[in-house]
Amino acid sequence: MAEYTIKVRRYQPESGEAAYWEEFGVELDPSLSVLDGLLQAKDRDDGSLAVRCSCRAAICGSCGMKINGQSGLGCQTQIGEAQERADKVASAVGGAAEGNVIVIEPMGNMPVIKDLVTDMESTHWTKIRRVTPWLLPHGEAPEREYIVEPESMVDITQSMACIQCGACVSSCLSMEADPLFIGPAALAKAYRFVGDPRDAETSERLTDLAHDPHGIYDCTHCFSCVDACPKGVAPMDQIMRLRRKAGENGIEDPNSGHSHEMAFVNIIEKKGTLDESLLLQESFAPGVLGKLMPTKRALKEMIGSLPTAIRGIKTGKMRSLPKLIPGVHHKLPGGAQDEVKAIYKHAEEHNEEFNLYIKGEEGDPEAAVEERLEPDNADYLPTGADKEASNG
Amino acid sequence: MPSHDVLVIGAGLAGQRAALAAAEQGVSVGIVSKVHPVRSHSNAAQGGINAALNPDDTWESHAFDTVKGSDYLGDQDAIEIMAREAPEEILHMEHLGVTFHRNEEGKLGTRAFGGASAARTYYVADITGQAIMHVLYEQLMKYSEQITRYEEWFSSSLAIDENGECCGIVTRNVADGSMELFQAKSVILATGGSGQIWKPTTNALICTGDGIAMAYRAGAKLMDMEMIQYHPTTLAGKGFLITEGARGEGALLLNKNGERFMEKYAPNKMELASRDVVSRAEQTEINEGRGFPDGTVALDITVVPKKRIHEALREIVLVGRDFAGVDITREPIHIKPGNHYTMGGVKTDTEGRTDIPGLYAAGEVACVSVHGGNRLGANSLLDTLIFGKHSGRDAAARALRTDWSKPSGKVLEDEQAMVDDINGREKGSGRRVSEIKLELGQTMDSKVAVFRDEAGITEALETVRRLQEEAKTAYIDDHGSVFNQDLMGAIELGYMLDCAEASCVGALERKESRGAQYRTDYPERNDEEWLKHINLEKTDEGPEISYSEVTITQWQPEARTY
Repeated sequence: MAEYTIKVRRYQPESGEAAYWEEFGVELDPSLSVLDGLLQAKDRDDGSLAVRCSCRAAICGSCGMKINGQSGLGCQTQIGEAQERADKVASAVGGAAEGNVIVIEPMGNMPVIKDLVTDMESTHWTKIRRVTPWLLPHGEAPEREYIVEPESMVDITQSMACIQCGACVSSCLSMEADPLFIGPAALAKAYRFVGDPRDAETSERLTDLAHDPHGIYDCTHCFSCVDACPKGVAPMDQIMRLRRKAGENGIEDPNSGHSHEMAFVNIIEKKGTLDESLLLQESFAPGVLGKLMPTKRALKEMIGSLPTAIRGIKTGKMRSLPKLIPGVHHKLPGGAQDEVKAIYKHAEEHNEEFNLYIKGEEGDPEAAVEERLEPDNADYLPTGADKEASNG
Repeated sequence: MPSHDVLVIGAGLAGQRAALAAAEQGVSVGIVSKVHPVRSHSNAAQGGINAALNPDDTWESHAFDTVKGSDYLGDQDAIEIMAREAPEEILHMEHLGVTFHRNEEGKLGTRAFGGASAARTYYVADITGQAIMHVLYEQLMKYSEQITRYEEWFSSSLAIDENGECCGIVTRNVADGSMELFQAKSVILATGGSGQIWKPTTNALICTGDGIAMAYRAGAKLMDMEMIQYHPTTLAGKGFLITEGARGEGALLLNKNGERFMEKYAPNKMELASRDVVSRAEQTEINEGRGFPDGTVALDITVVPKKRIHEALREIVLVGRDFAGVDITREPIHIKPGNHYTMGGVKTDTEGRTDIPGLYAAGEVACVSVHGGNRLGANSLLDTLIFGKHSGRDAAARALRTDWSKPSGKVLEDEQAMVDDINGREKGSGRRVSEIKLELGQTMDSKVAVFRDEAGITEALETVRRLQEEAKTAYIDDHGSVFNQDLMGAIELGYMLDCAEASCVGALERKESRGAQYRTDYPERNDEEWLKHINLEKTDEGPEISYSEVTITQWQPEARTY
């Protein structure tokens, strides 16, 4: 048993008052959860403290909330750990090491209904419905089951593991900037169908998500959703898979998201560091300096994005003007460029997806080592890595 | 007044399956759930779903295993329907998009489960219930024109017309507290079990026996309420579930001396004997001093290859890590029997019909009875789908041949008065609702658990009856309209106490040991006197007891060993 102070962001819509903070003292074993702490406060002190909860075991997805600023599930976060984190945060900003409180807030990027209860319908669920979230097979179902690669089912089981708690949506920085962004949860849901060999609308789904200005290319790779997800779904990884599949399917997106990504890859392969003078042109008209001529559309878009580039220069985001002059960009010294190429080669040869249903826990180096040492174990389960490698 | 041909209360697997089955018949359907559908407790079913789909397997074998597992209290006509229709239902779920595990040929693959004579459990890693439920919810979204979803509406009463037929429900919009009367030609209860009566339990906080109590109050009979399953592998104290799939994958049960004690109790099936058998074995080891000091025995999953654990038991890796601080791939985890499943419930026939015309029940709320005295692992998901489907179809058929009956406004007035009464209680007028719940849970877990006797059950029943009185004056803090969970908690307490009373009365009445009911004062099964169902009907003096026959088609009771 230990004593904790939890500081809860409260909002009682019928009171006419603005949101406010309230502290509760609770007493419980450090291995119990933040949700257990909230429920104790509710049971003992104030039954009006509203928090959605049901399973207490991180499977129903009800209790998404922010704990010390981090989105996650109240039931999955041990209160002792939450206290340690609160202490760490306080000491980082020079606060006292003792008497720090655990700060609990409703999820972000969603309207608050009452206390920790948010309106998921108008945000989360509306976005989920946006991705046509049901299987679209072609023709009659077979007499028995669909015969599919076993790995393909393991592959999409990672996104099936999503419990729709909203923690990723709460933490999404892109959605903060663009509330219309389809978002990590809905795009992970989309991958569940795109990756499903039984679904016959793969190309239509990818085109739809690539063409939407708030679609797959709206993600900025910030990893917040990966950190927030309590189930290892790694929504950002699913978004990257969608992008890769869109690229493989030759889907030309008006956002030029795919060619912009490829521009980074190609420039660095060639030069070792990012030659910004080539970025714009490589993104919209790849190969213009080489043998290919840009299409009309590419030229139009390239010109269309000049104001963005100029804004970059004006605001000082791009500080060194010579960088914009083609040909000025320095090369890597000595044989370093060959090393970059070796890295590319290695990456291409080891193109593995990280899927918890195959690999085990992150930060479990021993498991990874054992896997390498025991290839004979493969008869237990074919790894998804082989499959993914062939996917490119 | 919102009105639908078929109204489903509860949106777990049974409710969603019933709604889809009814909608297929072309009727208008409403599905009402006190939580968002994907929060429902069907999520927690980890291990899988049984079906004799493999060409080497037979439905008769599945049915017999189920009959034997039920300790011959299951109704064999219902069990035959479930086992026979299981393969088709699994394929239907696969066609809808469930990501079932595949074997090397790309076909559906199975795992072994307790009490089964073949490996016939189909699964999605260890999130089978979650995977099926989310796929059904995808279908609800797809068919949103035929099926209206009322998400976060808390139902408190059934409307019964002057002919004694169910014609609607009273339900409260959680978001704004408005109470409404919904009209329907058929109402299907799919509200799940009553596990919250026990503490600890593997059941979610929402499993408060709502539908069981609503049906009972409306005059429907309850059946076999004493049959409460204790799952063999739950975390001590917190009650979290470790799937039977772990033992299906080869995990061992060990006492503190490292002995594989199941050798003594079930030499053939060992760890994969029926749940009641394994739970009793564990409790005996613990009671006789061969458990660990924290009142547990050990489940050793380290014998399962690590790769296999990550693919097939990942949820358990997380449960171990997050809730017990144990890496199950490296060390055994301490477990004990814990409250898990309500085999009893609202008495129905094989089409889900209760004693009240127009009222149906499916899933854990119902007692068809396919589980009898003890449910086999991976039969509960199957039960929800098969009888959800039957209920949905029959409820739709009834709606198509029935005229509308207008529910009396009085039922809404009564419910509003009930809410006003609770809201009117001031702090200090009685006990806190949460205190009563805690006392109820602890009482039931100590007196109406794996081993029972007359003195203990009587004591529990007396406590329940005292708590029923105290609940009448128990107070809440929240008097608002928006998202008033406090008020719902007080109403749920009433449901829980009704269910607890029924479970105590049933346990006291059944003077034998069968399935999950083990009476130390009557340690033998007594087919001569007790091969029958115990029915309970509400009267002002408490539950009135009657009996009904167990349906036997082809399997006569035999001695039950594993």
